[in-house]
Amino acid sequence: MMEDIASHIMDIVMNSITARARHISVTIEKDPDAHRLTLAIADDGVGMDRETAQKVQDPFFSTKTGRKVGLGIPLLKGTAETTGGSFALQSERGLGTSIGAAFDTDHPDLPPLGNLKDTFLVLIVSHPDVDFTFRCRLDGKDFSLATKDLKNELGDVPLNHPEVIGFLTKYLDEQL
Amino acid sequence: MNLEELKKIREKAQKDVELRQKQSRVRIIVGMGTSGIAAGARDVLKTFVEEVGKRNLADVVVTQTGEKGLASQEPMVEVFEEDKPAVVYGNMNPEKAKRVVVEHVVNGHPVSEFAI
Repeated sequence: MMEDIASHIMDIVMNSITARARHISVTIEKDPDAHRLTLAIADDGVGMDRETAQKVQDPFFSTKTGRKVGLGIPLLKGTAETTGGSFALQSERGLGTSIGAAFDTDHPDLPPLGNLKDTFLVLIVSHPDVDFTFRCRLDGKDFSLATKDLKNELGDVPLNHPEVIGFLTKYLDEQL
Repeated sequence: MNLEELKKIREKAQKDVELRQKQSRVRIIVGMGTSGIAAGARDVLKTFVEEVGKRNLADVVVTQTGEKGLASQEPMVEVFEEDKPAVVYGNMNPEKAKRVVVEHVVNGHPVSEFAI
C-alpha cells in the first residue's frame, strides 16, 4: 500500500522512466470549491497497446507472466475510486502514456499528500537526463518548475551536482 | 532563492564537471519499484542525495531503478565503486544510509552487517 499521494506519484513516474520517457510532467491541483484533488502524469515513453493498457490496470494480471509495470497503477486506481474519485489511463505505442486520477477531498479515506518536495527532489537528481515539469496548485499556492529552465542556466553542470542539490533543496523548501 | 543563483553555481562547479563526466567514482542505485517505495525507499534515496549535497561528493552519482529487487529485503541499495565488486544492501533506512555514505562511499569500507 502507498501511504500518501507523493508515493503514488513516485511510483507512476518510475513507470514512465522504465518506459524510457524523456519528458515527464506531473500536475497536482486542489479545487476547494469542487472538493477535488486531481493528479495528472504524462510522459513521452514507449507507450502501450490497448490490450496492455487494460491489463496494467488489473491487479490480478500476474507479475509472473512478464509484467513490466508494477502494481502501482491498480493501487492508484483503487485509491482514487475508493475515495469517490475517478481514474483514467491513455496510452499509445510510440507516443507515451498519460494518467489522470481525481479524489474527493472530503472522503475520510483520502490519503495525505505526503512529501512532494522530497519526491520532486529525488526524481530530478536521480534522473538528470529526463526533463521534468512539475506544477502544483494547492491551498492557493502555485508552484511550477521545469528542469529544462534549470538546465539552460546550468550549461554543462548537471542537475545531480552537489551544489545544485543544495540549491534545489532550498528552492523546493521555499517555493513549494 | 531564484534561478539566477544557478549562474553562480555554474561558474563555481564548472571545474568539477570535466572530472565527473570522465567517470564517477561511486554509483549508488536505489531500488524504487512499487514494493521499494511502499517500504520507504524514497526516504533512503533522499538521504543519499542529501549527503552527496552536504558533503560535496562531486564524484558520486545517486540514481534509482524501477526494476524489482528482492521484495522481502526492500528498500534495497546497490553501491558500485570503480574497479570493485558491487555491494548490495537490504532493509535500508535513512540511518543506515548515512552509515553507508560515511563508511563505504567516503572511506571505502563496505558495511558488511547491512550487506545481503
